[in-house]
Amino acid sequence: MSATAKATAAPAAHQGASYNYLNHDKSVWSWLSTVDHKRIGVMYAFTLAIVFLVAGVLAILVRTELYAPGETIMGPDAYNQTFTLHGIMMVFLFLVPSIPAILGNFVLPIQLGAKDVAFPRLNLASYYIYLIGGVLVVSAIIFGQVDTGWTFYTPYSSDGGSAVIFMTLAIFIAGFSSILTGINFIVTIHKMRAPGMTWNRLPLFVWGLYATSIVQVLATPVIGITMLLLLLERVLGIGIFDPALGGDPILFQHFFWFYSHPAVYIMILPAFGIISELIATFSRQRIYGYKAIALSSVAIAMLGFLVWGHHMFVSGQSAVSAVIFSLITYLIGIPSGIKVFNWVATMYKGSIWLQTPMLYALTFLFLFTIGGLTGIMVGVLAVDVHLHDTYYVVGHFHYVMMGGTVMALLGGLHYWWPKMTGKMYNETAGKIAVALIFIGFNLTFFSQLILGSQGMPRRYYDYIPAYTGLHQVSTIGSYILAAGLFLVLFYLLWSMFKGARAPANPWGAATLEWTHCTSPPDPHNFHHTPLVTRGAYDFHLADEVFGAQSGDGAGDGAHAPARLAGDGRVAEPQ
Amino acid sequence: MATTTATTADAPAHEHAHHPPHLQHHFVSSEQQFDSAKLGMWLFLITEILLFSGMFVAYTVYRVWHPETFTAASAFLDWRLGGLNTLVLLFSSYTVALSIHYAQKDRLDRTFWMLVITLACAGVFMIVKAFEYGGKFAEGVFPGEAFDPVGHYAPLADIPYARQFFSIYFVMTGIHGFHVLVGMGIFLWLLFRVRRGDFNSEYYTHIELAGLYWHLVDIIWIFLFPLLYLIGHGGGGH
Repeated sequence: MSATAKATAAPAAHQGASYNYLNHDKSVWSWLSTVDHKRIGVMYAFTLAIVFLVAGVLAILVRTELYAPGETIMGPDAYNQTFTLHGIMMVFLFLVPSIPAILGNFVLPIQLGAKDVAFPRLNLASYYIYLIGGVLVVSAIIFGQVDTGWTFYTPYSSDGGSAVIFMTLAIFIAGFSSILTGINFIVTIHKMRAPGMTWNRLPLFVWGLYATSIVQVLATPVIGITMLLLLLERVLGIGIFDPALGGDPILFQHFFWFYSHPAVYIMILPAFGIISELIATFSRQRIYGYKAIALSSVAIAMLGFLVWGHHMFVSGQSAVSAVIFSLITYLIGIPSGIKVFNWVATMYKGSIWLQTPMLYALTFLFLFTIGGLTGIMVGVLAVDVHLHDTYYVVGHFHYVMMGGTVMALLGGLHYWWPKMTGKMYNETAGKIAVALIFIGFNLTFFSQLILGSQGMPRRYYDYIPAYTGLHQVSTIGSYILAAGLFLVLFYLLWSMFKGARAPANPWGAATLEWTHCTSPPDPHNFHHTPLVTRGAYDFHLADEVFGAQSGDGAGDGAHAPARLAGDGRVAEPQ
Repeated sequence: MATTTATTADAPAHEHAHHPPHLQHHFVSSEQQFDSAKLGMWLFLITEILLFSGMFVAYTVYRVWHPETFTAASAFLDWRLGGLNTLVLLFSSYTVALSIHYAQKDRLDRTFWMLVITLACAGVFMIVKAFEYGGKFAEGVFPGEAFDPVGHYAPLADIPYARQFFSIYFVMTGIHGFHVLVGMGIFLWLLFRVRRGDFNSEYYTHIELAGLYWHLVDIIWIFLFPLLYLIGHGGGGH
């Protein structure tokens, strides 16, 4: 608390805050043609918010249809298309780009002490490539009739409705956006670090993005060629996947999951990074097991490539490979467990400050642990035969993706919101929203875990009356969840216009974007390239946060030695 | 152009260490900019290899399933044309390497002509490829459902799954050919920029990156050639 008080009391007239990346050029063209990583992050934020809204409304429609057996609000064809679009938009257009594109773009270069990412123009290009992919998905909606589910399994997808072509093309193109972001981040992390920013001083969000980028670069081309082959299968009938032409539909599943399993790590690894930031900052504690957390991300990225077969236990693969895939799947539990352990250990004896971002981090810990443990259960060969293609898998997936990635994204968004917009959101509204989301989420998806264990198959339009009660709990939960999310939308938009002005470091965090950067940041991030003299979570060394004179965090490397006169830790810059 | 290069090379070292015209504002030094670009390119090449790897896996699966088909159908590809294209591409890899070498030596006129030769080789490759495709299309050897071989290719109709072999052939060489076309576009653009005097021994990033790309296109062909053209000629030709 003291940090906030100090920060607010600090002189607000620092010139950087009134001249910043948001207002230095206000024309629409300056936004559309910007190569500033911060503006590109903001553009992604708006675009992805719209995608999330549309895909979320589709989910509400699905849940409403399932409120009672038989037709409730839509026919079976419309239902199939609705859940397909929900899946495709959420996975390929929202979850995959979400954290790296919004928060990664905004925060990564600043956390490294760089002026921008290594390839700013490529960064803008990746945004527009993403937009083209998004437009193609929308055109597929207009042409209609995509009801393959988000997995596009052949042969159904190779001789179903014609709009599948648009979808596969859309995913092929959106994949390039993902690849370019990944390449950009890897090079940025390798080459753009400020003086003194060694690998062991990198904030853990950077480590998370680094592991993510590796997966993006290695996995995405495979979905690219898969979608291209599927496209050619549709257009020419090349007979690679279509059994009627001598092809092998199982090969499609191998290709698809060779990307799509690592893709869930593209979605969750940056979330791990955010959680590390939040828990360290709001516990006022050096992160416990820094190297273990950093390297376990990389370990997950690597192991993630070796488990795709666990999606295919009942598709017809040899018993030996099924056993091997199952064992490696258990192995992935180890680095994930290391992380959860270290986060909890970081909170132990820390000064925990329960602000909204920290509440999201705690929600994440709770939900992700359930998601992870249910994941181990579907990784067990015999158990999976029962649970495969049931609501249990749906519940598990949503616990990991929504309970994990989306909670971390919301936590990160609240955490960096003051930095991005220069405004504080309403803390009380934030806490009410967390409560609604937490309750709504568990009602929605825990009931699905039970439904699945009782045998309710996924994707079905209709069900026997015995399942009605749990389906109704799930649907009502989804409304509560939606109410919480709309509340977030409402008060965040409100804060942009009416929110209190944010100090440079409202949370008393110790990474560069808070300690060396105004809120909102200067167009060039820093006035002088910062000189890094400590690790990202060394609060005991962070005199610029808790030190005697300046708590405004608006300092830069050039002034640090003067302020810390007599302190041998800070060397003369340059 | 020679004068431009000369002045750049002779300029006082510290002056353009601070603000050489090619240095983008967010980089500290030319070295950082060059290293970043090269690392980025290597990462891009990795994605290219993984893109092709999907097709190589499909090739492997179907060859294991239908080895006789692959051997028999492969015999209908002309190894002489494939071999010619292999030599042409190998030679162009040599010339593109020389173009980088001459850029490092500030002999941009030679860089220019080496790029011209590389571009010409790529053109020859595509012309040969067009003849190969044209000959097959003329006798009904198409990728996919339109596959209906006649004339010289008529025996293919009796080989089960021959269509699949040719689908894989067309997809793999087609996507490779697309990369050659992209390469030609890049070389044309480089020729324009070399003529304009954009490059010198301290700044030739784009030529270096194009060279890396071109070597990859070459290497992929070196795998495609034996796997597609030569497996049917194990017994000393036909």
